[in-house]
Parts: sequence; structure tokens; C-alpha cells
Amino acid sequence: MEQSASSLKLFGSWASSYTHRVQLALKLKGLEFDYVEEDLTNKSESLLLHNPIYKKVPLLLHLGRPIAESIIIIQYIDDVWPDLPILPADPYDRAVARFWCHFADDKLGPAVGAVFGSSGDEQKAAVVQVHENLKLIEHELREGTFKGKRFFGGDKIGLLDIVLGCGSYWLAVFEEVTEVKLVDAEAFPLFHAWLRDFEEQKEVKETIPAIDKLLEYARSIREMMLSHSVAAAAAASSTTTTNIAVDSSS
Amino acid sequence: MEGEDVKLLGLWASPFAMRVRIALNLKGVKYTYSEENLKAKSELLLKSNPVYKTVPVLIHEDKPLCESLVIMQYIDEVWAASGPAILPTNPYDRAIHRFWAVYLDDKWLSAAREIITLKAKTEEATAAAIVRMQTGLELLEEVFDKCSKGKSFFGGDSIEYLDIALGSSLSWIKVMELLTGAKIMDENKTPLLVRWGEKFCAHDAVKGVMTDVEKLLEYAKGLQAFYRNALPAQ
Repeated sequence: MEQSASSLKLFGSWASSYTHRVQLALKLKGLEFDYVEEDLTNKSESLLLHNPIYKKVPLLLHLGRPIAESIIIIQYIDDVWPDLPILPADPYDRAVARFWCHFADDKLGPAVGAVFGSSGDEQKAAVVQVHENLKLIEHELREGTFKGKRFFGGDKIGLLDIVLGCGSYWLAVFEEVTEVKLVDAEAFPLFHAWLRDFEEQKEVKETIPAIDKLLEYARSIREMMLSHSVAAAAAASSTTTTNIAVDSSS
Repeated sequence: MEGEDVKLLGLWASPFAMRVRIALNLKGVKYTYSEENLKAKSELLLKSNPVYKTVPVLIHEDKPLCESLVIMQYIDEVWAASGPAILPTNPYDRAIHRFWAVYLDDKWLSAAREIITLKAKTEEATAAAIVRMQTGLELLEEVFDKCSKGKSFFGGDSIEYLDIALGSSLSWIKVMELLTGAKIMDENKTPLLVRWGEKFCAHDAVKGVMTDVEKLLEYAKGLQAFYRNALPAQ
């Protein structure tokens, strides 16, 4: 399908890993798009109009029609522009990718967010959860469906790489800010190697913000969280998850 | 296709397992069904779904698939030629169906769970959960109006992804109305959905697998008794 100029408009937030997912997908497809940076503390009329259910970023407008939820947006992009596919070709591989995307947002993301939003014993328990979740992924890389592949998508990055990758850069940031080890290269060698390869990709480098900006942002959020009670911090972290940008969506 | 090995691990009361059965029925796929006991899960279930250890699990040619929405899309793709489309063919309609199915599972069903598992401990909490379910259905009434374009289903003339995602919960909605005394799918507020519900339940791919409300009510009462007596969550 031919793309008319500015047929795509993405509402996002610079620190939102969910926004990065969509930006990366659009870049991989070579699609031009207008970008609107949302102030999540003062959301635009447009965003609220087009995403009334969740009122979150990212939100994609294509020919004026809104699509919300990052994984749904990416599949929409893949459906409309089938060249340079993001989803695998084989139905079983697609199902496996979709399953692990669900796991990433259902289990891994919240677990990482819980580490970031807590301290003491609560944080220790949250770290155990993250490790349990990473073990499952490491197992799939070592012995499961992703065995022997450079990326989850095969030779090139695909949907699951995008979903896991745009979020995993927070692991290093959180490790530094909370002084907790999350991805030990010895405990998770394949995950570690995959993440390193993912972050080396040209389009990924163009999408993910500079590490010092992420660190500064994470530090300010962490300070804010810890200055409240533990209960308030847990509540905040459950809404921020891996992207830690307030009100950023999946 | 002859000789294909298709097995479904399910639970009769699970709306998620029902989704998969409806999808398989739509495509005319022959399968063996295995009823799981969630208190004594089979080796096969634990091996096939080590991450969540729950139903439904579809095992096709010895390869396991988990998560009902993922399984439905798989069935649609593998048996594309064998029956009507489950995902709409238009990409924008696909996005709409996917969006609302995720909404149901992430937001709406959590309210139902609070009522059943008695996580909603007070009358206020239960009332709030009921309101969330009612509001959700009012949103879906609008979605139905737009998607159906005057026809019988979210998919128009045939049942599609969102019909199945929501329709599989119809017996549970009735059970919760009986348990709480509240009207959740109200003829006055969501008349289109009420009519849609009747047609959905009467559909050939659905009627053999729709859970009996009386049986489900007893099951739900049993669950609530269990949660009433259970130790507080850690």
C-alpha cells in the first residue's frame, strides 16, 4: 500500500518503552510518520479524544483513525504494510511470539517495575520474581523454540525482539539506580547476548534515548517513589512498570 | 486435514477454553478434548504450559499453544481455508477486535474475578466491581453498534474474534447476576448486546459448548465457599 505523506501520526512519550516499540516498528518498515511528544502530566485534547479508554501513549493515527496498545499497533502496521515483515511467517512461530509478548507485559514488565518501586525485603522478593521470569526466557533461548537463533525473530529482529528489547534497556538503568543486579551475564548468558545484539541494531540505536537521560529520569522517579510510603511506591510502580513513564500504555 | 493430531486441554467452566472450542468448531476441526482438574493438573498440562500451568492449551502435532487469544489466531491462520475467518480481514477491524478482546481480559474480567474470588471483601467493593462490568458492557454496546453495522454479530453476518472473546463469558455474566442480584447485562442499557447474546448462544459453533448456567452457578457457589474459607492471601 502506498503511503501518503503524513498519513501516520504517533502520540508518544520520550521515556516510554511502549512508545519506543512503535517507533522502532515504523523505522524497521521505513515508514514516515509525524510524532507528537505528549506531556503525560498534561495530556493533549487529541490524545484524550482518540484514546478515551486508556488515555495513554502510544497512540497511532492512520488516515485519522486511532489505534491503541503497542502490540496491537505493531500488528496493524504489519497487516497494512506487509513488506519487511515484523511477525514471523509460520503460524506456530507467530503464536509463540505472541505468547511471549503477552508474558513480557503480563509478568516480566510488572516484576521489573516492582523492583524499581520498592526497597528492602519487598525488593528482594521482586528481584526473585524477575529472575524466575528471565530463567523462563533463557530456557527458551537455550532449549526451546528460539534455540540457535540470533534474535527471537530469527536472523532479523521481529515482534518479540521489539517487545522485550524496548524495555530491557531499563534493566541496566534500574540496576544502576537501585544498585540491584537484575541481568547477570553468567546466570543469563543467552539473554545477555541477545540484548547486546539487539541494542547494536541501527534502528534500535536511533530509537532508544541516551543512557544518561534515562538514568536522570529514573533517578528522579525513584527519589519520588521512595519519599512516599512503601505502599504508595508499590502503587506507583504497578502503574509505571518497565517504562516508568507515568500513564504510558502497553 | 486427515490424521492431524489436535488435542485441547480444558475446563468445562472456563470461558477461555470455550473460546478455543468455538474457534475449532467454526473451522470444522476434529479434536480430542481432555478435561483438566485444576487441583490435580495432568503431567501433560504442566509440561505443555510450564509458564502459567493453566488451561486452555491446544496441542497440535505435539506442539503446545497457550493463551486463548493466541490460540484463536493460530486456529484462524492454520485452518484458514476450512471455515469462515475468525479475525476480520480488514486491518483496522482486526485492530478493533484485538483491542476490545485485550480490554476484556485485562480490565473487564478482573472485575468479575474480584466478585467470584471474594477479593471484593465489602459490599462497596462488590458494587464497584459490578459497576465496572456494567460500564464495560455499555462501551461494548457502542462498539457492537459500529462493528455490526446493523447485522447480527460483531463480525457482521458471521461470528468473529470479538464475538467469541465476549460471548464465551455469557454464562458467567448470568451466574454473577444470580450471585449478586444485580443486572449486569441490562436490556435497558445494552439492548443490542442482549439480542446479540441470544443469537450467539444459538449459533451452531457455540450451542454445543455453551456452559449450562445452573451447573455453573453451583460451581461458582463452590468457588466462593472455597475463597470464604481460604487463608488470607500472603
